[in-house]
Amino acid sequence: MTDATAPAPAAPAAGGKRRSLLEVDERTRRRNAAEARFRLYGIVAISVGLLFLLLLLGSILFNGLSAFQQTFVQVPVYLDPERLDPEGNRDPEEMRGVTTFGYKPLLNEAVYEKVQSLGIETPLPEPAMAPLLSDGAATTVRSFVLENPDRLGETVEFDLLASSRVDGYFKGRVTRDSIARDRFIDAAHLDLADAMNEAGTMGKQFNLSFITGTDASDNRPEQAGMGVSMIGSFFMMLVVLILALPIGVAASIYLEEFAPQNRITDFIEVNISNLAAVPSIVFGILGLAVFIQFMHLPQSAPLVGGLVLTLMTLPTIIISTRASLKAVPPSIRDAALGVGASKMQSVFHHVLPLAMPGILTGTIIGLAQALGETAPLLLIGMVGFIASNYPDGVAAGFLDPNSAMPAQIYEWAKRADPAFYERAWGGIIVLLAFLMTMNIIAIILRRRFERRW
Amino acid sequence: MDVFWLVLTVLGLAVLGYWLGRTRALRSVAGDSRYLHSLPSYYGTNVALMTLVPAFFVMIAWLLIQPLIINDTVADMIPERAAQGAGELSLVMSDVRRVAAGLDAAVEQGALTEEEAASIRAEFTDIRARLGEIGVALGQEVSASTLRAAQVYRSMTASGSFWMSVVVLLLAGGGFATALMRTDKDFRARNVVESGVLAILFLAASIAILTTLGIVLSLIFNTVEFFRLYPIDDFFFGLTWSPSFGGGSELGVIPLLWGTFYISLIALAVAVPIGLFSAVYLSEYAPKPVRAFAKPLLEVLAGIPTIVYGLFALLTVGPFLQSVFGDDTVGWMQSASSVMTAGLVMGIMLIPFVSSLSDDIINAVPQAMRDGSYGLGATQSETVRQVILPAALPGIVGAILLAASRAIGETMIVVFGAGAAARLSLNPFEAMTTVTAKIVSQLTGDADFSSPEVLVAFALGMTLFVITLCLNVLALYIVRKYREQYE
Repeated sequence: MTDATAPAPAAPAAGGKRRSLLEVDERTRRRNAAEARFRLYGIVAISVGLLFLLLLLGSILFNGLSAFQQTFVQVPVYLDPERLDPEGNRDPEEMRGVTTFGYKPLLNEAVYEKVQSLGIETPLPEPAMAPLLSDGAATTVRSFVLENPDRLGETVEFDLLASSRVDGYFKGRVTRDSIARDRFIDAAHLDLADAMNEAGTMGKQFNLSFITGTDASDNRPEQAGMGVSMIGSFFMMLVVLILALPIGVAASIYLEEFAPQNRITDFIEVNISNLAAVPSIVFGILGLAVFIQFMHLPQSAPLVGGLVLTLMTLPTIIISTRASLKAVPPSIRDAALGVGASKMQSVFHHVLPLAMPGILTGTIIGLAQALGETAPLLLIGMVGFIASNYPDGVAAGFLDPNSAMPAQIYEWAKRADPAFYERAWGGIIVLLAFLMTMNIIAIILRRRFERRW
Repeated sequence: MDVFWLVLTVLGLAVLGYWLGRTRALRSVAGDSRYLHSLPSYYGTNVALMTLVPAFFVMIAWLLIQPLIINDTVADMIPERAAQGAGELSLVMSDVRRVAAGLDAAVEQGALTEEEAASIRAEFTDIRARLGEIGVALGQEVSASTLRAAQVYRSMTASGSFWMSVVVLLLAGGGFATALMRTDKDFRARNVVESGVLAILFLAASIAILTTLGIVLSLIFNTVEFFRLYPIDDFFFGLTWSPSFGGGSELGVIPLLWGTFYISLIALAVAVPIGLFSAVYLSEYAPKPVRAFAKPLLEVLAGIPTIVYGLFALLTVGPFLQSVFGDDTVGWMQSASSVMTAGLVMGIMLIPFVSSLSDDIINAVPQAMRDGSYGLGATQSETVRQVILPAALPGIVGAILLAASRAIGETMIVVFGAGAAARLSLNPFEAMTTVTAKIVSQLTGDADFSSPEVLVAFALGMTLFVITLCLNVLALYIVRKYREQYE
């Protein structure tokens, strides 16, 4: 296997002159250079790998952190009773008759007055204030009014969402060049926004509703949030945990402790190692065909997603559980058998508790893998709609259509408005934060409880 | 009875059974557990298991089979003309289910009484309007046959779940009673419980077989259905991929396979040198602190979800490549998504696969071989190149094959990075598409499983499954065979 390295033993150099060992000859120099080169290749390879990691994380943070900030406008709004409660009864039921459309002129007035009172000069008339505010601003005011009908007639200070274009302007996504052909907003709006920003009535704040809020429709990227999809992911992970952990542990115990050496056992083992390498999208096809086409479970339900991800994670959990069962030394089993325990008792009373930290570590890593998986979710329909409602109750959490974090990110990345890209990157930060937490917990568990025998 | 309450009742019965079984066993020996065959808790567990297991198995089987039977019966009621072909039938059936759900909602809200719901006729009542009033939107007018089918569907579902409750409760009670009767000081409760538990463990292990079976069956059935609608030769040898839902699609798989292999090739060209050199450096050269720092960091790349790589390809790498090779400079690249974009990003994802697997394999080469080589005066790099790598080669080939199977099955990166147009071209800066990306695009959304344009996804899935399965089996075989060589 080892070919002779040197073509021929180095013949005494021409002229018969013996050289000193301390003098490096040509061939040694070449070999040393090759050695240095080889080592350099290794260093370069690792640096390139790490550089890619750095670039990836850098571009996530660079693009995504801005999603956690949002431009808000602080304006005092006069809640005009004439227009918001024409009947004058202060009855929330009647006041529902005024839609958000009815609130918009009120907001435009409020912004316009604020601008005037700050002494900002603008060529824009009052109705042209609308592009500054998000469509969601009217909803904010309306729900405030419906909750506090007795505050009609007062002037209330609101923090209203600015529109996504104004927000993009402050974040550098929208420039004066890029809006040249925009029919919603023109340069005068941006001048006004600059002036309002200087006056301190418009500016970026931390945006909690990105983390807790619901998804929003195509034309309101400034309102979209991760909250509902997080709940969807949570219910999916619950299904995975409830099913995959017991089934995986039971299967591993059988294979590691009880299985006889025969064809069936071999077949099961081959199946498991193959399933671990089957592309995830194939599990999506399985879920679509079996759970939706055949069993008619509801589409887009976290239950179905959880079932598919369970099947996908099972091999991972089984493989790591078997490894930690194998790590428990046979002396433990022998001692248990020696004092009269049955085989089953030795496993359940002694081996399993000792293997538990390893099993939990493997399970958490399997869950983390399932949490970030997207492809199978696309096939069972967890995309293509707006996850705008929190599920009411536990049963609805499992069965009502919902999104999941990676599916939500996919959804945002597919939308036309570039404002959603920022959301997608921000969503990735949230997703990675979850994955990191899970992995850190797994590492801590391993460090803390792992026993070397 | 609701499934939820049914489960709860059976569980309650099991808990009661545990307690009763234990007490009864103890009473049979007047409280002195030394005279029992097994520990008292085994008698309790025996009763609980006998209550739970048969009842739950029957319940699960019933829940799986009942919809099939009802569907068959109801499908028979639908007149021929309304349902030509399997696809039409499934549309009608989903209508039936929606109407049935609407009637359920109507009864629940009190808009209809139970009798009314069972007896209204489409000829006399405008069902759509009445259901619309209570917030159940129906796409089209409800035909008489659909409504009648929906009513039968409802009544069968109702009686089905009634009988299921009865059977499950009887089984639970029966198991409970039998096990309790048998409880006695001479009854070998531990042996019975342990063989029961062993059976459950075996069932859990065979879920892996069931999953594989499920994958294979769901692929085969739909693939066969597809080949009934679309000629098999055109699929495997067709050079054009242009699905159109209006009909007249050309569904040749060759362009997709070409895209898949091209992208995988570029990915491997990135991942294999970087991964292999990293593995060699980390296992042979790196000082301990560097190894402890660099190895986990490289493995972070493997833990990042593929959707992140997809977005990275779409929004960072693609635009960057376009600014370098795009129209502004050399003009090779028309759009940000291309084979290069997807391949490069996929290569980054695969680095840790190649490096950790190769690392393991290089570490498995015995130290004696290195020492022998050093003893003959070889430098470290000569040892690596001429002793260690040849010895580890089969394992490394296995690792690369595994990485290749990953690359072929990868979905999110190509969905975002590779483009949507199926092309047969050699230019790596051109947008192409892959098998996985097309599975996603053909199956996303409300699919009806009757048109070849949707069913082709299953044939693609089958192709993908077979290719990756062969690669995996080959890789596992090689890795296993050569790992044993040095052990």
